[in-house]
Amino acid sequence: MSAHAEAHDLGHEHHGPPAANVSSGVDARVLGMFLFIASEVMLFGSFFTAYFFVRVVNNPPEWPPEGFHLPVFVAGVNTAILVTSSFTMHWALTSIKRGSRTGLRAGLVLTFLMGFTFLATQVIEYARIGFAPRDNAFTTIFFSLTGLHGAHVFVGLTLLLVATIRAFRGHYSPEHHHGVEIPGIYWHFVDVMWIVVYTTVYII
Amino acid sequence: MKNPFRSEAEAFRFVLGTAVYFAAIAIAAAAGGFWWGLAVFVVVSVLVGVWFFRREARERPPATAPRHRGGDDERRILVIANETVAGVALRSQIRTATEGYRSHVLVVCPALNSPLKHWASDEDGARAVAQERLGRSLRELEELGIDARGEVGDPDPLQAIEDALRTFGADEIIISTHPEGRSNWLERGVVSGARERFAVPITHVVVDLEVEAATVGESVR
Repeated sequence: MSAHAEAHDLGHEHHGPPAANVSSGVDARVLGMFLFIASEVMLFGSFFTAYFFVRVVNNPPEWPPEGFHLPVFVAGVNTAILVTSSFTMHWALTSIKRGSRTGLRAGLVLTFLMGFTFLATQVIEYARIGFAPRDNAFTTIFFSLTGLHGAHVFVGLTLLLVATIRAFRGHYSPEHHHGVEIPGIYWHFVDVMWIVVYTTVYII
Repeated sequence: MKNPFRSEAEAFRFVLGTAVYFAAIAIAAAAGGFWWGLAVFVVVSVLVGVWFFRREARERPPATAPRHRGGDDERRILVIANETVAGVALRSQIRTATEGYRSHVLVVCPALNSPLKHWASDEDGARAVAQERLGRSLRELEELGIDARGEVGDPDPLQAIEDALRTFGADEIIISTHPEGRSNWLERGVVSGARERFAVPITHVVVDLEVEAATVGESVR
């Protein structure tokens, strides 16, 4: 709800500091998340710039460079898992808006489990991929870009864990569910970034 | 431009759109090679761009229409004014609008600020000035026997109206400005903008402070 930009209501005695002037366009918490995501887009943008710089400057006849193979299929399955987790996240929020706590809890648990599966699979693939970040510029930017995204998944999982615990403790209602909405926005952002990373690094 | 991450539902739709967009490019590239991928990228990007800008042009926010509050004999008047808030013409209009009703008047003074100070969040001075004008105006309305209260509002007058309608509601909005040519609000189309955005009767009052000051000067002499 937009807050009223009220500084003084004449005729009433006011004690203590003046009331904060609240912008009425967007809820402050949603605006905070938007600004955070905007800064994240810039962060990912710098990594993508480095990736394309390495790729264009080297201009190899094939990409990834000869001798390096990326686990495209496993990453594809991981992509499907992450995209599906966006559906369950949306289901969780839709459920609490309708007053269904069971749907909220189930949605959050499923989203968390899928996110955890994604991260665990990525860690396993790192161990089996056959090259290390120090090998050359390609491997460095590969691990940097996918690792940066993995770090974001970890943060998202932490937010989801908190939201899930709160959901099981009876928090949230159809009117008050910002604690699910905000991690939901963040989770979808993480999902969008992975779609871009997967297409750019593994497919194109 | 609309923020695609304004709510979880919008962010979810953005995920779906992104997935479809990249899937189309990846499938084309996998099936037909680089040039097919590039062609699909260009075509889909153009289509998305055209759809986006057409939708932006087509979508007009629904006019805000507050419901009437109180009994049939009650009337709520929202007054938006800044430098002209203490104008005689405005007071006269408020009196006319409230005659014969149990009236509630809310006077909102947008805290006008310079763009530089606005972006630097340096609003204290602007709010103090607006508060001072508002106080003077309320005292004069009280002398006329009009039950009025006041608030300092958002620097954007349309936003200030939107804010006020959410908590106060209104049966009529009175917007007070300087005359044409001297009014920044008229130049920015505040009155016409308000008529498009709010489904409430809107009265525009022009207050010429120079003429009013001269009239007062003559009557004093």
